Amino acid sequence: MPLFWLRVALSLYGVGLLYAVLSLWGGRPILTRIMLPAVGLGTVFHFVAIVEYGMLGTAVAPSFLHQAESLLAFLLMAFFFVVYFKYKTASPGVAVFPMAFLLTVFASAPSSLLSSPSPGVSNRWIIIHVGLILVGYSALFFSFFASILYLIQERNLKAKATSGGFWSKLPALATIDEIGYKCLVFGFPFMTLGLIAGSIVAEARFGSSYFLDPKILLSILMWVVYMVLLYTRWSAGWRGRRAAYLAAFAFAAAVLAWSVNNGWHRFIAP
Amino acid sequence: MNFQLIGVNHNSAPLEVRERLAISETQLPDAIRTLVQQPGVEEGMVLSTCNRVELLTSSQQGSDLRGFIRVYFGVSPDALNSHIYEFKQREAVRHIFRVASSLDSMVVGEPQILGQVKEAYAIARGLGAVHSALDVLLSRAFAVAKRVRTETAIGSSSVSVSSVAVQLAEKIFGSLNNKTVYMVGAGKMAELAARRLMANGVGKILFSNRTHERALQLAEAFGGQAVPFEQLHETADRADIVLTSTGAPEFLFRREHGERFLARRRNQPMFFIDISVPRNVDPEMDRLDGMFVYDIDDLQTVAAGNSAERKKEAERAEKIVEAEVERFALRMTSLAVVPTILSLQEQCETIRQAEIDRIRGKLGAITPEQEAAIDAMTRGIINKLLHTPITTLKSSASEPEAATIHEIVRRIFNLNSGKSNK
Repeated sequence: MPLFWLRVALSLYGVGLLYAVLSLWGGRPILTRIMLPAVGLGTVFHFVAIVEYGMLGTAVAPSFLHQAESLLAFLLMAFFFVVYFKYKTASPGVAVFPMAFLLTVFASAPSSLLSSPSPGVSNRWIIIHVGLILVGYSALFFSFFASILYLIQERNLKAKATSGGFWSKLPALATIDEIGYKCLVFGFPFMTLGLIAGSIVAEARFGSSYFLDPKILLSILMWVVYMVLLYTRWSAGWRGRRAAYLAAFAFAAAVLAWSVNNGWHRFIAP
Repeated sequence: MNFQLIGVNHNSAPLEVRERLAISETQLPDAIRTLVQQPGVEEGMVLSTCNRVELLTSSQQGSDLRGFIRVYFGVSPDALNSHIYEFKQREAVRHIFRVASSLDSMVVGEPQILGQVKEAYAIARGLGAVHSALDVLLSRAFAVAKRVRTETAIGSSSVSVSSVAVQLAEKIFGSLNNKTVYMVGAGKMAELAARRLMANGVGKILFSNRTHERALQLAEAFGGQAVPFEQLHETADRADIVLTSTGAPEFLFRREHGERFLARRRNQPMFFIDISVPRNVDPEMDRLDGMFVYDIDDLQTVAAGNSAERKKEAERAEKIVEAEVERFALRMTSLAVVPTILSLQEQCETIRQAEIDRIRGKLGAITPEQEAAIDAMTRGIINKLLHTPITTLKSSASEPEAATIHEIVRRIFNLNSGKSNK
């Protein structure tokens, strides 16, 4: 049953995807009016699916990786709506919808992957670790996309000509900046706690050698860039191009960390 | 009278084509002379700007403007078919009205075009290429342009500049609440913009002027704060929006100032609105991240491009032009056929009087009533007979065969002699 809800959500996200593609390809998206109700409903069904999975018991079924993908997609959508209601802008949808759609496609595919995470590790800690990291990821994604929008809007303003289409309807520069910054500030503690939780699990299980896992190295790199981002912002008010480069770097590290080893740690045997 | 216009503009032709057809100022007299030597052309003028090349003629039978293009430019007009537009009569009148009123300009409402049309007219007139019908048409076009300018806000940059300033400020800062405006100098337009920004929520306003008195006055009028001019560079970073409109001959704010402001503001964006000519803000400053510098041209470009206000004004202007075209067409109609109609009526009246005089002798004594009846009857016959020719003359003026009809009527009624021949 949860898989069914997930697929309903997926088809509704499809509307969002279509909207994103049409928006980017210029012209007035006809889908604007049905887009929000569709993805909103999709998010609700997605939530139902996640809750049902959770009620299936402690087992992380059908596949923990798929669960994580599904959860990340849901968090992105939830973030989208928070931003939408706070700042009255649907612009992030252009990046969020395709992302959520793709993640949900993976998540709702029949599971053939190994379902168990690192064997022998307590599920509760794993869930906390993954959950925290995913919230951090979603926030980071928003922050990254906001910095791209910032650059586009800055370029629009410097070009001194109004072009039509999607890119001319972006929120104000200061609003984009605020979204990016708030997401950064919000995501950082989650990311930090998530990494700490992960370290505790790994330390308990593998000792200090867990450090050699490329995923962990990348995560730490990402966390450091994250911190540099925040620090330069606080100390020198970095934004715009310089902040965007840093955010892009952090995001790339995050994506790599996510995708290395098929989403799972492959700890080098002690 | 036939008006004809052929040309290319920024909409119809790319720059390469316009360049090929452009006629420089020195070549202009020669081009005009060639134009009026074309068969059929009675009057002609040439308008050549960076955005358009247009030939306007008047003739009795219509003129071969494509022939001119072949002869003068040495290009086959057929090869340019997709770029060339041609207008006749009423359409030509409308076009020249729209051009003069700056409705056909790339930046709708820009003021230069009227001057350019006036100059083209003056040159053609100086050469004797424009003397009667085109003279009337062009004078009317200038009147229409003036009417459009005074009755709509299409060319009023102060209105659009301030609304664009607000619009841009909102694009940068979102809400203008708690933002600070710094007004440097005391230009009228800058004052308007400042007022507009205040109306949109700007919280605080600072004034600086070479004459500190003036800054104090403004500060009092707006409820702001006056800053001595010498402290300009130390205080400017307190403002999010800086409006400059001084008569300073050199830049007041240069790139290095911008760098310092950004450092002191911890990279929070600043918006410079430079309404002064010559400019007060170095455009180099715009290259800094977080610095947005708009000069008067930039503001006007944006204004022309997107302002809804401007669009509304342009619509109103189009309506004025339409009404003026109507009026002009009517006037031309009457101008052309009135003498013919008058002489027609005159001639018939002469015949009628002669016939009445001839028959009076035969009738002997008649009562005044009878005399009145005869008078009324003959008048009635003439009016009924003339009704169709006159209405045809009036209504045909806007048709292409107007001249032919006109000529036929004159010949049939033998009007080509005496004072009726204009």
